[in-house]
Amino acid sequence: MSTDVKTMPQEQLVAANGVKLPIYMDNHATTPLDPRVLEEMLPYFMEKFGNAASRNHSFGWAGEEGVETARERVAKLVGATTKEIIFTSGATESDNLAIKGVAEMYKEKGNHIITAVSEHKAVLDTCKRLEKYCYRVTYLPVQKDGLVDLDDLKRAIDDKTILVTIMAANNEIGVLQPVAEIGKLCRERGVIFHSDATQAVGKVPVDVNKQNIDVMSISAHKMYGPKGVGALYVRRKNPRVQISAIIDGGGHERGMRSGTLNVPGIVGLGKACLICMEDMPKESCHLAGMRNRLRDNIMGRLDEVYINGSMEHRLPGNLNISFAYVEGESLLMGINDVAVSSGSACTSATLEPSYVLKALGTGDDLAHSSIRFGIGRFNTEAEIDYVADRVVETVQRLRELSPLYEMAKEGVDLKQVKWAAE
Amino acid sequence: MSYSDKVLDHYSHPRNVGSMDKGSTDVGTGLVGAPECGDVMKLQIKVNPETSVIEDAKFKTFGCGSAIASSSLATEWVKGKTVDEALQIKNTDIVKELSLPPVKIHCSVLAEDAIRAAIHDWKKKRETAKPETVEARS
Ligand SMILES: Cc1ncc(COP(=O)(O)O)c(C=O)c1O
Repeated sequence: MSTDVKTMPQEQLVAANGVKLPIYMDNHATTPLDPRVLEEMLPYFMEKFGNAASRNHSFGWAGEEGVETARERVAKLVGATTKEIIFTSGATESDNLAIKGVAEMYKEKGNHIITAVSEHKAVLDTCKRLEKYCYRVTYLPVQKDGLVDLDDLKRAIDDKTILVTIMAANNEIGVLQPVAEIGKLCRERGVIFHSDATQAVGKVPVDVNKQNIDVMSISAHKMYGPKGVGALYVRRKNPRVQISAIIDGGGHERGMRSGTLNVPGIVGLGKACLICMEDMPKESCHLAGMRNRLRDNIMGRLDEVYINGSMEHRLPGNLNISFAYVEGESLLMGINDVAVSSGSACTSATLEPSYVLKALGTGDDLAHSSIRFGIGRFNTEAEIDYVADRVVETVQRLRELSPLYEMAKEGVDLKQVKWAAE
Repeated sequence: MSYSDKVLDHYSHPRNVGSMDKGSTDVGTGLVGAPECGDVMKLQIKVNPETSVIEDAKFKTFGCGSAIASSSLATEWVKGKTVDEALQIKNTDIVKELSLPPVKIHCSVLAEDAIRAAIHDWKKKRETAKPETVEARS
C-alpha cells in the first residue's frame, strides 16, 4: 500500500474546530519522531560521536554505553535477553537476515519454508528469491478476517520444513495473527518460527517466550523512533537458534551483522521502546477509543461501508475500510488535508490493487475503494472528528458522481452487468 | 506526483454531472470500463435529430481524479459539436489539455471510448427507433 501521491500543502492551516492541517493519520507507513526520543539521540551526533566498536578510549566507551542501554531497553520490551538482540538498518534487513540466515544455516536439515500471502513484501520477496535457490515455499492463504488457519499451517509442515515466518500484525489491515499458537505448533514440530513484528512491537504486548517466537523483526520508525534502524531478536536458548550472516565484514553484533553501528539511531530505538513500554496500557486504550470513534462516526452516516479484516484481532490504531462505489484515489484527493493511504491500484507503484485485501477475498472493486487510517500517538479526538466529517462529505459527493452508486440504487446487480474490459 | 490545476479544477467543480433518460431516442448512453479495473464512466449525449448537433451532455464517473476530469472535459467538448465532429476528439487532446502523466493516459482513452460508445448507442437507437437496454461497451 502506498501513500497519497499528491503533494501536501506546505503551510500549516487551521480548520474551523482548531485542528492544524494537514493531519497525519498514516502511522503504519511511518510515525513522527517522539521529541523525547530526539532529545535522547542528540548527544550521540556531536559530543558522543565515538565508534561503539572502539574499545580503547572514552569516545568509543560512550558510544558503546549508549548502544548497550538501548539493547537492554529493546530486550526488555519483548521479554528477551540483551545477547539476543542484533541491531540492523530496519525491518527489511531484519526480515532478510532472519529468513536467508535461517535458510542458509539449516539447509542440511531441510529446504521448506512456510509463510502467508498477506505478509509484507520484505518477507514475500525474500522467500521468492530463495525459491530460485532450490528452497520450497508454501504461501498459506488467509481467512476472510485476515487470520491464518492453524489447521492449514499444521498440514503444511513436513519433515523438510525448517522455518515458518508469519507476521504479528499486518501493515494494511492491522490484523493480529495468533502468534502464540503458531509458535507453540512450530515448537512441537521442531521448526523455527520467525515473526515480522514491525507493526506490533510497542503497540500490543509482545513476549518472545510467552509467544514461542524464535526470531523476530523490529523497526524503530513505526514506534516513534528514527528511520533506518531496527533489530532482530534471535533466540539463544530453548532452543538455541543460529543464523548465517548476510553482511560480512568487521564482525560487529557477534558476527551476525557487520558494519559500524548507527549509534544515534540505536539510542533512539532504545528510547522509543522504553516509552512504548511505559505508555502502552494507557496508549492502546486511547488509540482504540479514537479508532472506534472514527469508525462509528463514519459508519453511522454512510451506507455500504465495509471494514477489511477482523475487528477483534486488530491493532488499536488501525482502521481499514472500503467505501463501495467510490474509487480510493479520488477519495484521497477529496480529503487532501488528511494524510492516509489507499489500497487502490491508482496509488500503488504496481498499478494493482492491494494484494492483502485480495487475499481476504475482498473483490477488486472494493480493494480499489479502500482507505487505511493509521491513528497514532499524536492524533487527537478533534482530528478524528474532522477526518470523519471530511470522509463522509467526500464519499457523499463522489457517490453523487458515481455511475455505480446510481445503478446500485436503481436495483441493478453490478455483478451481472457485462463490463467491457479496457 | 501532483495533479495539474486543470485536473484539480474539474475534480472540485465537475461540469455536467448527472443523468438523462436513457430510454429517450434522442439520448445516447456510453458506459465503459469495469469496477474491477477501478474506472467506470457513463457519458450521455442528447442529440438534435434534425441537425445531429449534441445539445446536452452529462456524465458520471467512478474512478480517480484524472478519470473524473477526463470525462468532465469530454462533456464540455462534445456539447455544441455535431456527432461527426465529436468523433474527431482524440484521447491525446484530453491528455494535452489536462497535462495527464503517462500513468493516467488510460483515463483519457476511456473518455474517448465513452464518447464513441454514447454516439454509437444514439446511432443504433435511431436506426431501430426503439429504446434498448444499456450495455457496457468499450
Ligand atoms: C510489516 C512490515 N514489515 C517490514 C517493514 C519494513 O520496515 P523498514 O521500513 O524498517 O525496512 C514494514 C514497513 O514498511 C512493515 O510494515
